[in-house]
Amino acid sequence: MRGAALVGLGSHRPAHRADNSAIAARIDSTDAWIRERSGIVTRGVAALDESVVDMAVSAGGKALAAAGVDPADVGLVMVATCTLTHAVPGAAARVASGLGLSRAGALDLGAACAGFTYGLALAADAVRCGTVDNVLVIGSEKFSDIIDPLDRSTSFLFGDGAGAGVVGVSDVDGISKPVWSSDGAQADVLRTVGSPPLLEMEGQAVYRWATSMLPAFARATCERAGIALADLAAVVPHQANLRITESMVRALKLPSHVVVARDVIDSGNTSAASIPLALDRLLETGEVRRGDPVLLLGFGAGLTAAGQVVRCP
Amino acid sequence: MSLSYKENSVTTTASYPDLLTGLTEIVDEICGSATAEKVTIDATFDGELQIDSLTMVEIVVACEERFGVRIPDEALEQLKTVGDAVQFIANAGVAA
Repeated sequence: MRGAALVGLGSHRPAHRADNSAIAARIDSTDAWIRERSGIVTRGVAALDESVVDMAVSAGGKALAAAGVDPADVGLVMVATCTLTHAVPGAAARVASGLGLSRAGALDLGAACAGFTYGLALAADAVRCGTVDNVLVIGSEKFSDIIDPLDRSTSFLFGDGAGAGVVGVSDVDGISKPVWSSDGAQADVLRTVGSPPLLEMEGQAVYRWATSMLPAFARATCERAGIALADLAAVVPHQANLRITESMVRALKLPSHVVVARDVIDSGNTSAASIPLALDRLLETGEVRRGDPVLLLGFGAGLTAAGQVVRCP
Repeated sequence: MSLSYKENSVTTTASYPDLLTGLTEIVDEICGSATAEKVTIDATFDGELQIDSLTMVEIVVACEERFGVRIPDEALEQLKTVGDAVQFIANAGVAA
């Protein structure tokens, strides 16, 4: 069977940023409290007329350019998002049209913060099997549409943005088989309510789930990929909260030479967009390089999780 | 380190020092030695130890793993002092 690999990444970070001070005033809090609670310093906020689809088109176009893949050669586009304010129509077909993907199938992927890593796993299988040659996987989120600006538990955590990756044919397979899991019994801890929808989160329960499952999840994903933690170039966990990341690093006793993505500091939690955004940032800064093995760990609402080890494009 | 827990609430006294030692080691691992040195049976988590609610979640998860007990979120809110945590774990059935 032929191999599949990530061959290009692209990011869309909204031009407008919201620093903690702007949010703290609304929720009777402080910059220091938000930093201590989450590690977050600033986050992107999409313009009123900048949609999930617009951001996905922007990130997807950059990923195709980085990969050197012609839009006509894309067989499938998957858009992972949980921040559309309506269920129908989905985003993916509009993204395909926006990018001129004249021969691509298109579907939305609903796995919240694990959406990108689920998408990568399915894209890799579609390419390996010969179903298609190139898949565009995009995570795009506009939390500013579904966050109550006065909600003290969510308003400082989430940000807007989109990240994309192209999965293409490769002689050497560069995307390991995933480790994935779900726990619908805890579905209520992260949910939207009302119409238009607003996000509600039981922060303590989510924090407990994430910090207790991440170490074993990371180890199992590396084991399935056949790589030792110490041989990773980097770990890119979903950028939920810096404290969750630091707890995982401590529990894994991760060696200091393994780079850990901390894009949440500048981007907030961008759900399905967070992993490609954070990985792209590591490549931009030169902290990881082409071919380096990186552990991706998606986890979030559902509850769902999916992870794999990828070689950097 | 004082061990001035209330005798009348003790069910398995023999395990208390072991539990306190184990809990101190967990605090050391998660919060560092400066915090661990302040651990006494009467120390409050959010007072003397300056442990916030998210770190408390991590400590509880570590206790569950180490002592083989379940500490639900509802109980977590009642654990004000180190002694409260030790007693909860002891009552939850940890062998001495």
